[in-house]
Amino acid sequence: MSASITARSPLLVVLYEGAGAMPLDGETRFEITRALLEKGYRIITTRAGRRGATPGERQVLVLGRFTGAPPGEAVAGTGAAVHFRSLDGVAPADVVALVEGVGGDAQTQKPGGWKPWFPVIDYSRCTNCMQCLSFCLFDVYGVSKDKQIEVQRQTNCKTDCPACSRVCPEVAILFPKYKAGPINGDEVNAADLEREKMKVDISALLGGDIYAALRQRSQHASSRFARERDDQRALEERKKCLAKLQAALDIPAEVMNALPTADAIRAKAEKVSEEPA
Amino acid sequence: MPSRVLYCHCAFAQAVPRPVKQDVLRALTDRGDDFDAVADLCEMSARKDPALKEFAACESLTLVACYPRALRWLFSAAGAPLDEAKVRVLNMRAATAEQIVAGLDGAELDTPDAEPVR
Repeated sequence: MSASITARSPLLVVLYEGAGAMPLDGETRFEITRALLEKGYRIITTRAGRRGATPGERQVLVLGRFTGAPPGEAVAGTGAAVHFRSLDGVAPADVVALVEGVGGDAQTQKPGGWKPWFPVIDYSRCTNCMQCLSFCLFDVYGVSKDKQIEVQRQTNCKTDCPACSRVCPEVAILFPKYKAGPINGDEVNAADLEREKMKVDISALLGGDIYAALRQRSQHASSRFARERDDQRALEERKKCLAKLQAALDIPAEVMNALPTADAIRAKAEKVSEEPA
Repeated sequence: MPSRVLYCHCAFAQAVPRPVKQDVLRALTDRGDDFDAVADLCEMSARKDPALKEFAACESLTLVACYPRALRWLFSAAGAPLDEAKVRVLNMRAATAEQIVAGLDGAELDTPDAEPVR
């Protein structure tokens, strides 16, 4: 996994309204929760109090309108450091700064900071064909000790690029934040499967022969245009060809421009298959 | 672990329509019942956040988020497989805020959004 995301949980915020605290009105509760979520925090809104702990939990911040001393019943069963901050006199708009102050004091991991765009494998469909691993330019995929394909370096993934899901012949790769199904996790229907038959052809094109195809088309156009002595039109034809492929697969231009050669893809696949289990 | 409601704000993308998540969050906060809210389940999955195991271990979990298939494999990728018999999904990408709120009240939704995780 990339160094930019870790298994450590950021600060947990408990918005407490149980015994020893006054209730908040709905609008205040909404504004505080929304503002903290927008900043990437995890929040528990509770009257009963937080019981138990998440493994590895290190910092818990309890917010509330406390009527006396900070109520111990707000949090129980955690080994984490527990901080209390009163919301009395604090406007909802200022709560983020209050929380960030505690987060900074406690040296907790800052939440957010990365758009979580990465593939997720539907193992009920995956056949472990390794096309995704062979195709991905950014080494997002790897194989487990038992040779199972898996997503290993999520932060390497190119934001908004769903290219590997396009080449998957089994519709087994999801991007939960993608705009349309089935890539976004919507159910796979018969029409999607029908499209996959075409996708295999696209996969073959991308996996092995995209440059050959482009060259062939370009040469064809060039010879025609040479006769016409119209270089500009030949260039336009080439651009159109690339744009068509890019649009069909919904692949960002910079990814399209960085496509590996057929030899590079083959070498990568062979390297993985030769690695000891 | 008791029954819990977990709301995902999908904070780092516009995958869930903003008006839907705002209205659903407002409904949850207006009710005053206990609930969990997270900024982004995708980000937690990528971090293999241990909290996902805590949620997966609940006796009963209502996930207010996105597609059941996406959630199933996001949790699985984090080493926290969901038990479909214990999880109900209210899909904010496929249902209106009104439908989601009705679902929170126990209504059976007539859309793919309330399907079990499978």
